[in-house]
Amino acid sequence: MNLWSVQTLVPLPVLVPLFAAGLALALHRHARAQRVISVVALSVVVAAAAGLVVAAREAPVVIDVGGWAAPVGVNLVADPLTALMLLVSGVVLLCVLLYSMAQGIADGDGRKAPAVQGTEDIRRILEAQDPDADEARRRDVLPVAIFHPTFLILAAGVADTFLAGDLFNLYVGFEILLAASYVLLTLGGTVERIRAGSVYVVVALVSSLVFLLAVGLTYAATGTVNMAQLAERLPDVDPGIRLGIQALLLLAFGIKAAIFPLSAWLPDSYPTAPAPVTAVFAGLLTKVGVYAILRTQTLLFPRNEILEVVLLVLALATMLVGILGAVAQDDVKRLLSFTLVSHIGYMIFGVALATTASTAAAIFYVVHHITVQTALFLVVGLVERRTGTTSLERLGGLATLAPGLAILFFVPAMNLAGVPPLSGFLGKVGLLEAGVLDGSALAWVLVTGSVITSLLTLYAVIRAWNKAFWQPRPDEQELPEETGLPWGMVGPTAALVAVSVALTAVAGPLYDYAEHAARVVMGDAIYVDAVFPDGAPRGTGESDEVTTEEGGP
Amino acid sequence: MTVLDTVPSAALLLAVGVLFAAGVYLLLERSLTRVLLGFVLVGNGVNLAILVAGGRAGTPPITRADAGAEPMSDPLAQAMILTSIVITLALVAFVLAMAYRSWQLHGHDEVQDDLEDTRIAQLADRDAPSYADSDAIDPRVTLDEEAATVRDEVALPEPAPGRRPGTGTRGGGDT
Repeated sequence: MNLWSVQTLVPLPVLVPLFAAGLALALHRHARAQRVISVVALSVVVAAAAGLVVAAREAPVVIDVGGWAAPVGVNLVADPLTALMLLVSGVVLLCVLLYSMAQGIADGDGRKAPAVQGTEDIRRILEAQDPDADEARRRDVLPVAIFHPTFLILAAGVADTFLAGDLFNLYVGFEILLAASYVLLTLGGTVERIRAGSVYVVVALVSSLVFLLAVGLTYAATGTVNMAQLAERLPDVDPGIRLGIQALLLLAFGIKAAIFPLSAWLPDSYPTAPAPVTAVFAGLLTKVGVYAILRTQTLLFPRNEILEVVLLVLALATMLVGILGAVAQDDVKRLLSFTLVSHIGYMIFGVALATTASTAAAIFYVVHHITVQTALFLVVGLVERRTGTTSLERLGGLATLAPGLAILFFVPAMNLAGVPPLSGFLGKVGLLEAGVLDGSALAWVLVTGSVITSLLTLYAVIRAWNKAFWQPRPDEQELPEETGLPWGMVGPTAALVAVSVALTAVAGPLYDYAEHAARVVMGDAIYVDAVFPDGAPRGTGESDEVTTEEGGP
Repeated sequence: MTVLDTVPSAALLLAVGVLFAAGVYLLLERSLTRVLLGFVLVGNGVNLAILVAGGRAGTPPITRADAGAEPMSDPLAQAMILTSIVITLALVAFVLAMAYRSWQLHGHDEVQDDLEDTRIAQLADRDAPSYADSDAIDPRVTLDEEAATVRDEVALPEPAPGRRPGTGTRGGGDT
């Protein structure tokens, strides 16, 4: 393989962060070096992803890792959908990393870094559990040398999930990112985070087991875990068995994506993490689940009417239950977590309709939602930094106190609600159009539900806006002394808000790209041809050291 | 090419079933340590299921058939199991640390209630409503004071003394 071919770009989003994570861990005593390594690594990821976006437009870029050709070897596939997701996630990860460095989670902001070791530390932490010492608890007990390596491993896991060309690699990618997320969510091991972390970790562990079992069953049914080969073989499998496997995969990804009956863990666990961690979780982790659903449902399995109906109903329930939860919240972070759950419903709506138009709309919506949701959580992090609280009861008067912050909140909030010129509106219009084109009664119910959810989202964010920014400041509110917002935090937030607005400006080309990605995902042939360029006969592997014998069952 | 005998061993299937049953039982417990044991059991059950999925030993894959006459078990299934064992090991170590941390903080390692659950249970215990009734809250300015600030040609007559806004019949006094 030529080193200078575009294929070289494919493994970079996984390899570079993993390597950088090791390096950063080795250099844990040198905070500056860690920062430089992390920023450089994620910048390389963004650059590689941008290259792939261009390259994958022609045809999916495939690389056989380890020199064995698929389906015998493991392969990484960058089709337009993967490339697009890599680019968006890379940009989001980079912005959040810069934000977190300025916030000082990473280096403790010059504070002594208590690595939670030894009885002395534990005693101090236990003292800090005093309810009066809320702020001390939140800020002081953050260990730190591990933040950068863990964050980079999360980036590698996300990239691996997007690039995986076989189901088992998808599982490994999920485990990498989940393991990193466990560490990030329980950073510092404070009371709240251990409480929230227990639930999160156990739920995620169970979903991983379900996924692994589904992989095993797939292998038993088809004798392969390579996605391209599965796309060829699964249609021939007995429909009952196929439905079982499909439902198991859907269950596993449904937990990760937080689809309604499986979403209760999310609004409780995310808000307890530090703001940048919450932001990146909200932006990426659930969307990785949505990506996995999109990939497996469209590529691997032939259309299945029953599951489509089930998915549509679940999408509706996710939207409505999620947004009603958001309306009832008084904590901005929890409110946003509920809107996150709710808007997963839109993407599932698009996936469930299973047409090219709906899939394209879902892909566009995923891109929009990753940027907007992350931006909103970052802004809330700024609000918390400025005022020391995220409770709508205690916030107020922020519009006069910090006008810039108000703009930073208002724009993505309107975008999330889908107010016309912004990208959220375009994504929703695409979904509604696809729903109307489908024309079935259930699709019309979903269209109505989407509009209602959109209005309720508007209500929820406007309520947050009114209470936090517009209404006069409650008299008893005391601002923390440290009132200035560092540019290092505002800059990345503003950049992300700008990206989310820019999505409107480039909506035309982006939507075209999403449609192209949807066509590739829906049309199995393009993907399969890219993986098996010579039209390999079914059931045999080929490699550099070619065998003439037929292998496999 | 010979057709492989894919009928699995009943003993393995039984073991998978037992591991799953015991594991799920433990997963439903409240204590993190038991949940962890449940996770380990189900994890082993899944690994065994993948082993079953590999089928019985047969012709060696990839290598030439004349490399050895011995039948060979499916290496891919074993590779997957090995990977998942390693992953499980790492996660078990993490959950153990978390359970220990929970014990340090609370003296037990039970999974605690959701914030919302705690709040709702607290409210139910006090028999209090779960939301603030804005009609019942005394506003800073009464309606009469507010009315006095504007010029209204058809203003209402002076009210009965002591009547506060929001305590009228609309709030449900007749139930």
